[in-house]
Amino acid sequence: MSQAKPKLKFEGGWDYAPAPESTRVPLKSKYELFINGRFVAPKNGRYFRSVNPATGKQLARIAKAETVDVNAAVRSARRAYEKIWGPMPGSERGKYLFRIARIIQEKARELAILESMDGGKPIKESRDVDLPLVAAHFFYYAGWADKLGYAFPGKSPDSVGVAGQVIPWNFPLLMAAWKIAPALACGNTVVLKPAETTSVTAMHLAEIFDEAGLPPGVVNIVTGAGEIGASVVGHPGVDKVAFTGSTEVGKRIAAAVAGSGKKLTLELGGKAANIVLEDAPMEQAVEGVINGIYFNQGHVCCAGSRLLLQESIHDEFVKRLERRIETLRVGDPLDKNTDIGAINSKQQLARITKLIGAGIDEGARFHTSSGDLPDEGFWCRPSFFTGVSASHRIAREEIFGPVLSVMTFRTPAEAVTRANDTCYGLSAGIWTDKGSRIFKIADQIKAGVIWGNTFNKFDPTSPFGGFKESGFGREGGVQGLLPYVRLG
Amino acid sequence: MPFALKFPVPRVDQVGAEERSVKFTKRSIKNDAKSEGLKMAVSMMDLTTLEGADSKGKVTHLCRKARQPMQAKYHCPPCAAVCVYPSQVPHAVKELEGSGIPVASVATGFPSGQYPLKLRLADVKDAVNSGASEIDMVISRGTFLEGGLAEVFDEIAGVKEACGKAHLKVIFETGELQTYDNVRLVSQLSIEAGADFIKTSTGKVSPAATLPVTLVMVETVRDHYLATGRKIGVKPAGGIRTAKQALQYLVMVKETVGNDWLTPDLFRFGASSLLADVELQLAKFVDGNYQSADYFSKG
Repeated sequence: MSQAKPKLKFEGGWDYAPAPESTRVPLKSKYELFINGRFVAPKNGRYFRSVNPATGKQLARIAKAETVDVNAAVRSARRAYEKIWGPMPGSERGKYLFRIARIIQEKARELAILESMDGGKPIKESRDVDLPLVAAHFFYYAGWADKLGYAFPGKSPDSVGVAGQVIPWNFPLLMAAWKIAPALACGNTVVLKPAETTSVTAMHLAEIFDEAGLPPGVVNIVTGAGEIGASVVGHPGVDKVAFTGSTEVGKRIAAAVAGSGKKLTLELGGKAANIVLEDAPMEQAVEGVINGIYFNQGHVCCAGSRLLLQESIHDEFVKRLERRIETLRVGDPLDKNTDIGAINSKQQLARITKLIGAGIDEGARFHTSSGDLPDEGFWCRPSFFTGVSASHRIAREEIFGPVLSVMTFRTPAEAVTRANDTCYGLSAGIWTDKGSRIFKIADQIKAGVIWGNTFNKFDPTSPFGGFKESGFGREGGVQGLLPYVRLG
Repeated sequence: MPFALKFPVPRVDQVGAEERSVKFTKRSIKNDAKSEGLKMAVSMMDLTTLEGADSKGKVTHLCRKARQPMQAKYHCPPCAAVCVYPSQVPHAVKELEGSGIPVASVATGFPSGQYPLKLRLADVKDAVNSGASEIDMVISRGTFLEGGLAEVFDEIAGVKEACGKAHLKVIFETGELQTYDNVRLVSQLSIEAGADFIKTSTGKVSPAATLPVTLVMVETVRDHYLATGRKIGVKPAGGIRTAKQALQYLVMVKETVGNDWLTPDLFRFGASSLLADVELQLAKFVDGNYQSADYFSKG
């Protein structure tokens, strides 16, 4: 037996050769707006750069819409709603949605590659998580299109009109699917505004709509920065607003929409508690915590960003986390073996870095992995803080990066109090070997989605949405139809 | 009174363990990493024949294969060991003379273990006296499932003593123990009772080795090493038939317990048909294309 303290060696030795995904995809150098079934240049002729966050270099130029373009998009959506899509029988609408879902499956590989190039997420995730879920969402809501009468027994559901939808950059295609599929299934038409840093795949989705023969104007896509989103949301021709993004912007949208008669759903930030009790299956809980915070570089609104550990297992659990982050492979998003890709943008990296600084300044202990990072692009090592107090900024603010805050509790009651000690309420996780305890704790936690002995599981049949400042309204499942119908 | 082990036996969540295993299969092992990994897999292989029909001739074939699995131009290393029934041990020892390749013998009334303890111990001593330097024992699964942990502990400790200098591999037959909680418990129990290696299966029961079962065993070994500094080996056996599967096990070992375990001293494959697929893959690196299986000698 050696005298030195036993230590696992993950460096050196047999290692995986680079396994880059081919980048031979139909990426364009310039993307236009999608209005009334046609790809059109913005009226002012201006474009902005979309950057590949793994290199920091320009990937493509994207049309910069202005209010005049939004007006055209809303007009086209209104016309399509009144003349074509609204009156169309649900069984016919369903056919278009099924067709779209199938084309997405056929093109899944190229869409996954584009998603990783534009957004920085590892190809493993865009290939195995994002794209299958995108197709599944269209398939699921396609099935509802002709069965809406059964979704709300005793009521007769009617469509709402034109939906103005603004989506974030963390799951660009998936969020587009979450928004567009239920809206179309219920007979509404759409004006969608993708996030500024991740517009590329939305425009490829527009091509799929075109290929599927979707009537002109049923979906319109305008690209640009935040002010163009505000212009979509504030447009008087829009009947329904759906937004996924930060709580700060969500509040502004709620204020803008107030009193206008528009229907509104908001899916906002989160600071989810992942509660690990002392009887939890330790090994699987570690994996669940890793998946909960480092999935998609932590750019996940329902990320398990607060780890609540029972005091008796704190030290052991932290040691295991320290070891585990050493085996996460950070780097080229297009390498099939990459676990953690690039941070989505320079601005986001600056925000994460600032909050890490705040955590250190406030006295929490910083743990991070030791591997090298690429020279160019935007990167952050998987990290976590121990010794975090409930009042620390890193315990209260959404970091939206691969940074976890670890806190402790003594009893299940205290775990519940701490889990609810936040202005958010989007998701939570509970880890214990005792099934009854999961239900008891879940009952007391104010969060829209609660996972038991797992984390970050998504399914189109399951509703998703928040409590408190995480928003209101549900997406997914039969509940996800409700925001897109008027019940008579 | 419940049987007390020295170290804790954490619970295993089935869904989580299986999900984790799937992630190892998603690693993409190409080029140098693939050829290096496959050569490593050959060097970790206990080339095995455990049939009622085993004859000296069959064992001779196997031993030759273990010495030199492929033609020299493929630079394939020899196998880790040859694994046979006790009656074939003397012949295998003779065939492997001078090669440095050890002979492993199954013992203790393999594969069922349903014999009186004194016969099982005699079986072990006989195999060791015949020249086996590794003993693959089976535990009494019936006794384990009855809750007779102390008896199983004592039987392993007894066999370890009977082994003398020979290395002891303890076979659980995880297909019969079924739950991951049982696998974690019997792994810890065997380690504390003196096992040098813990091994999944006899190859006679389906399912034999699976990635999640082996993962639970590797995790036990890792935790024991971190607690005591003692390194225990792991041997999945049965059901590993393709080069791709072998690489997935190596990925699992590397990412769970680290590079120190990527050695025949601490990780082995018990396999009879795996080598053929690995040969096919290794030859491709040298010849540039896949060959017909007819071009490779059968063990």
